[in-house]
Amino acid sequence: MSNSISQLSPEELARYSRHVIIPEFGLEGQLKLKNSNVLVIGSGGLGSPVLLYLAAAGVGHIGIVDFDTVDDSNLQRQVLFTVDDLGASKAETAKERLLKLNPHIRITVFKERFTSENALEIIKDFDVVADGTDNFPTRYLVNDACVLAGKVNVYASIFRFEGQVSVFNYLKEDGTRGPNYRDMFPEPPPPGLVPNCSEGGVLGVLPGIIGSLQANEVIKVITGVGDPLVGRLFLFDAASFTTRILKVHSNPETKIEGLIDYEQFCGIGPDPKSEVKEITVQELYDFKTKGIDFQLIDVREPHEFQIGNIEGELIPLGVISESAPKISKDKPVIIHCRSGVRSAKAIRELEDTFGFDNLYNLKGGILAWSKEIDTSIPSY
Amino acid sequence: MATILIPTPLRKFTENNSKVETGGITIKDAIQDLATKYAGLSKHLLDENGNIRSFIRVYLGDEDINALEKDATVIYNDSIISIVPAIAGGSI
Repeated sequence: MSNSISQLSPEELARYSRHVIIPEFGLEGQLKLKNSNVLVIGSGGLGSPVLLYLAAAGVGHIGIVDFDTVDDSNLQRQVLFTVDDLGASKAETAKERLLKLNPHIRITVFKERFTSENALEIIKDFDVVADGTDNFPTRYLVNDACVLAGKVNVYASIFRFEGQVSVFNYLKEDGTRGPNYRDMFPEPPPPGLVPNCSEGGVLGVLPGIIGSLQANEVIKVITGVGDPLVGRLFLFDAASFTTRILKVHSNPETKIEGLIDYEQFCGIGPDPKSEVKEITVQELYDFKTKGIDFQLIDVREPHEFQIGNIEGELIPLGVISESAPKISKDKPVIIHCRSGVRSAKAIRELEDTFGFDNLYNLKGGILAWSKEIDTSIPSY
Repeated sequence: MATILIPTPLRKFTENNSKVETGGITIKDAIQDLATKYAGLSKHLLDENGNIRSFIRVYLGDEDINALEKDATVIYNDSIISIVPAIAGGSI
């Protein structure tokens, strides 16, 4: 790990005594932690437990990459933060909290997006990266940057009740590297094909479980204790309480020669919302109150409709094309979802497949309606 | 009948079933049988030519079918087939 080896102070020895007395771990393991540098990308659901446990365990230098601020919908799972932190920088708030937990460590904050431009510069000073990001472009970027820079990538990902963990690009004793994320998933699913967490949600405790396993693997990689999850993918289903470990093989066809445009790689072009006709919630309100003839369609899921609705006709995005006969071509049709992303996808699909030209996306979705028109509609 | 384990993101297409019994001699038969049973699932699993999409990993037991005979891998009545999709986390 780091070249300059620091020893443990008497205070640190007392603090870490429950580590030091584990025979396989000992003083040597604790010193390796103290002299290690771990970069945690994302301080949200996964990042919260990872950071708390790595800080508590005595990782000497932790980097935190997060450009985001704390939102009240984060608090269901992002246990680093409290209501007092709403609106504050996640990375700065995390740093403050972690230094209260363990003043013997050093924390570097990167309050910026992790991009192809800054990735290699940021990770160069770290030994291990913990990927706690929340989208495909950044997942591929983290993986590729780790491969190019020769860093271990401790990976975890979550969706609803399901979690995945693996250790990628691990330097093995024979000098070769273990499989990486692209060996497992050479290319991402096209946008919209696999639902994301904003559509599907995530059980709040799940990132606690999966993030703790991720922290465990980081500690194993640093200390050399145990058998890290290399060449294996751990799967956990919290709903059925089933766990599985699947084999991951290196793929000789995987080639990573430089960082690329990951938005483009993942098929995420310009904001689809800007490519469809839009209507504001105020204009929709006028339509409703002035008796204008129009059709309102809600493309969210039934359970979201139950949370709150504005009397739209429920046609979830997944069945929008097969429901096209129900959609008028003779009058304005306003389509909405939670925030405007899925409804834009629905409009593109209907326009491209059936030639509709009378579809309008409700700008900001039901969230904007809740904020600007009717606060009794819950935002979620 | 072999059993296919359905991952969370795809259960909306299988009436929330987490396991589906499936017929056939090979992995390809089993996946196509699944796609026939649940039409909405088809475009998520198979491309226009009926081949398994590259962003979906299919396992027989704990082994990647790409390390076996790919979609020609033979299955048995007690086979457990897993579909493992890429999942990314919480952001749009």
